[in-house]
Amino acid sequence: MKRHVALLLALAAAVPVRAGPVVDPLGSPMWTAHARTLFGDDPVRFDPRVKVDFPIIAENQRAFPVVIDARTIPGVRRMILFADLNPIPVAIDYRPVAAAAYVATRIKLDQRTPVRGAVQIDSGEWLVWGGWVDAAGGGCSTPPVSRVKGDWADHLGEIRGEAWPLPGGDSRLRLSFRHPMDTGLVENIAAYHLEEIDVRGADGRPLAEMAIWASVAEDPALTLMPRIGAGERIGIEARDTNGRDYRAQVEVARQSPLPAPPAP
Amino acid sequence: MMRLSRRAVLAGMATLSASQARAADAYRIEPIAVADGIWMVRGANEPIAPGNGGAIANIAIIATPAGTVLCDCGPSIRYARSLRAAAERLTGTPVVRVYVTHLHPDHGLGIAAFEPAMVAALPGTTAALAREGAGYSDAMYRILEDWMRGTELVLPGRQVTTEMEDFGGRRLRLLALSGHSGADLAIVDEATGVLIGGDLVFHDRAPSTPTADLDRWRASLDRLKAEPHRCVLPGHGPLDPGGVEAIVQTRDWIDWLEQALTDAVKAGLDMVEAGRIAIPDRFSTMAVARYELQRSVSHLYPALEARLLPRIDRPRQE
Repeated sequence: MKRHVALLLALAAAVPVRAGPVVDPLGSPMWTAHARTLFGDDPVRFDPRVKVDFPIIAENQRAFPVVIDARTIPGVRRMILFADLNPIPVAIDYRPVAAAAYVATRIKLDQRTPVRGAVQIDSGEWLVWGGWVDAAGGGCSTPPVSRVKGDWADHLGEIRGEAWPLPGGDSRLRLSFRHPMDTGLVENIAAYHLEEIDVRGADGRPLAEMAIWASVAEDPALTLMPRIGAGERIGIEARDTNGRDYRAQVEVARQSPLPAPPAP
Repeated sequence: MMRLSRRAVLAGMATLSASQARAADAYRIEPIAVADGIWMVRGANEPIAPGNGGAIANIAIIATPAGTVLCDCGPSIRYARSLRAAAERLTGTPVVRVYVTHLHPDHGLGIAAFEPAMVAALPGTTAALAREGAGYSDAMYRILEDWMRGTELVLPGRQVTTEMEDFGGRRLRLLALSGHSGADLAIVDEATGVLIGGDLVFHDRAPSTPTADLDRWRASLDRLKAEPHRCVLPGHGPLDPGGVEAIVQTRDWIDWLEQALTDAVKAGLDMVEAGRIAIPDRFSTMAVARYELQRSVSHLYPALEARLLPRIDRPRQE
């Protein structure tokens, strides 16, 4: 009997863990369904090295900042940011083609929900971590500020950004787009959002690519770390669900910015 | 036929059990004498939370020959009823006036416990409450649940349009200012020189900025500093007996905050990172500093980014 148990345990350890049976440390009612949709038959494991960082309070449920930092994990090829209980769960599906495994943005929260980062490594395995966030409802179902003000069309297509070199050959790229990012869940406003953003070197080589959804906050802001050095030009191309194209260009500064005060 | 979703039923059950658990909770109103005929009821130096019932703002009770005056009245009808009873026991006279210093729910949602005709606020406060009060009320119910039971949004029935109100010889100077919100009322009791700052003045408790205009706030603090007074009863935190320190500290924090967030944008930080920057040692006496810093990042950062990050979009190819 004892030997059988040991054999079973050995077998269990050898067989890659499937999405279904993995026990969710967050106890989310939607974990199994999302895991099946997002990861299919790929192996999945919870791993705190996928750092999912956010503030201690969801002060604004229309724009909740989240960082996924998986730079300590080798071979990251895809990073997904999702909130289990949002009506549009996935916010960003990021492929850091030639970039560090780091992405920061702001998302909408429609209620208290797990917020997670899932990264896929070269073996095909998914590593997942995250935490519960308590939030007032309605982040996805209230109209964007620019719709209420009525000036969204005046600013559509404005892109701001800056890039600085980091030690080790990467750069820190900050981008913000003016876009209403309509969810389609607000009365009489159809879904309308950025759906694709590509970041390239001056020679056209791909650095970073992402699909994004309307659960990203209005006027999407992004921080990425493409592998490109001081003085080089970065091209940004984006497209929204109406087929409108967006183009921007930024040169990586010659110097790093003055350091911000150190974290405590 | 009425259909309930499973979520609605579950939510209902959760609310029921929480209510039963908390039904016996009561606010402790403990007025502290700060000057002749003026008492302060201290709010907790904490975020609004079930553990404190939302009683985080300071309240002032003033005894006058014409009756009792309250400056702010707390987050809920339950709080305000307890406050009213405690104040009337203390002074032996009925409440005749309630000033609401500004729109935030920890200071004013309790006005439901008073006849609207005795509740006075700046016109800008009443307009803001009419516009945003329901949203604040929803948020308070979500966090505080049963503490809020029966609290409905009631608008002040009187507008503060004069610079002074006389209560049978006890005169209160009424200062119409702004900056913490669109309309902030500060009050000076002429008899004792107590300045009731509302949330223009915080003391050893980090200032909150959800509706702040920092330039106007600075101008209002300058005005308060120049206004003759002896001590300051701040909106949050302990009494400032000297009357200067709390004003200077509030100013110091908002100046630091704006510069620190500006530097953070220039250094390429995102909002999560900006919420983690070091807070200078001189603010170590301030309660909930990290919490308010992270709230302020949410309030102020996007506008700073829009101002400081350069435009990089290129003309569209048609």
